[in-house]
Amino acid sequence: MDSSVLFSMRLSLQVAAVATAFIFVIGIAVAYFLARKDFKGKELLDVLFTLPLVLPPTVTGYYLIVLFGRNGTVGKIIYQWTGWTIMFTWYAAVLASFVVALPLMIKTARAAIESVDVTLINASYTLGRTEFETAVRIILPLARRGIIAGTVLSFARAMGEFGATLMLAGNLPGKTDTMPLAIYSLSGSGEWSKANGMVIMLTLLSGFFLYLANRYSKRPIY
Amino acid sequence: MGLSVTLKKKINEFSLDVAWEMADELAVLFGYSGAGKSITLQMIAGLMQPDAGVVRCGEKVLFDSFKEVNLPPQKRSFGYVFQNLALFPHLTVDENIRYGARGISPDECRKRVAELTGAFRLEGVIDRLPGKLSGGQQQRVAFARALIRKPDVLLLDEPFSALDNPLRLEMRQFLKDVRNIFNIPVVLVTHDIIEAYTMADNIIVYSNGRVVQTGHPSEVFNHPASKEVEALVDTSKLMTLP
Repeated sequence: MDSSVLFSMRLSLQVAAVATAFIFVIGIAVAYFLARKDFKGKELLDVLFTLPLVLPPTVTGYYLIVLFGRNGTVGKIIYQWTGWTIMFTWYAAVLASFVVALPLMIKTARAAIESVDVTLINASYTLGRTEFETAVRIILPLARRGIIAGTVLSFARAMGEFGATLMLAGNLPGKTDTMPLAIYSLSGSGEWSKANGMVIMLTLLSGFFLYLANRYSKRPIY
Repeated sequence: MGLSVTLKKKINEFSLDVAWEMADELAVLFGYSGAGKSITLQMIAGLMQPDAGVVRCGEKVLFDSFKEVNLPPQKRSFGYVFQNLALFPHLTVDENIRYGARGISPDECRKRVAELTGAFRLEGVIDRLPGKLSGGQQQRVAFARALIRKPDVLLLDEPFSALDNPLRLEMRQFLKDVRNIFNIPVVLVTHDIIEAYTMADNIIVYSNGRVVQTGHPSEVFNHPASKEVEALVDTSKLMTLP
């Protein structure tokens, strides 16, 4: 196989894996707070986290540049301190994938956590267990199907991320060209045979992940 | 020990306003469904916050709206058996029981699990998930889990209501055994008239969020304080059942 195609495949997997690792931790934490806590502005926060699901990825990418670009609100501070900017690195692809795929995790995990029987949680409290112990030993294990489904969906979405990645990481061959970006370049220059392999691979992988996600979210646990 | 409870709580149209005390005994909260018995139990355990009131267990103040004391459920030493038992479906019998043993040393925990599973005839099913147990076994696991921490009081929210008759009789005997073994005060919520009559040292009759009579079962059944209580404890209706 062509080395540039191999590079894109490896980069895509790497970006999606790292983004999903962050999504797993942060997504569960956010989903837990949205599901179990009542606070002012809770639904607003949910909307904010969900927006990237419906916004054009270019708009999400635009916001990310405004925030993390070299002259962005946060990016400027990072650049002043370290002389480094996330723009046009593979970390930018991770950030873009993270933000775009996170809502899938939050939505799925929140629903799963909300569906855990409240009496089980109350029982845990009357048995002297703290909220953290209850979350780790009762709530999350019982919500695990939704969490797994959310993780798989997020990974699939991260693999397929294009628009925000293009805005933030650019389309630098051998540096930030993940599979979707490489396919865009290859079809632009008419190199169909190279693109074909990646198109098929993305289709099969995404189909497989959707199948996994369905399987995990549907089958009853006990 | 003893338990002293004064509670006020408004939930939508329903208002609860009760005050009662119990000694080291088995007190039955008796009344129709929706009379406020279950939420009383939840407020005693700290799972729901009263609008006003005091909950004392012996000398220990668990809740006092005036002094702004409100211990979380974890800090109140109650064994709670829920109506649906609330066994953790993903944990084995052994894990369910041990889950209640927070802060107990491993040696002591092993000893208590052995005692409880022996006394409650659960040795053979220790590695099973709750879904694989009979109704009676599930009940006994719920009791074992609630008792392993040696709570000050046992709170029972209609634990036998879902059982069929023979098993319900068995579980009533079981509860009597539990009381003999553990010598622990019990609050039992029920709307079953026979359960109330046969189990109670003291009956606290609820109606519409109020306590309408308290006393020894024979007293309440033979001398109902009002028409309302009379209707509630009317055993003649039972006799006409086929």
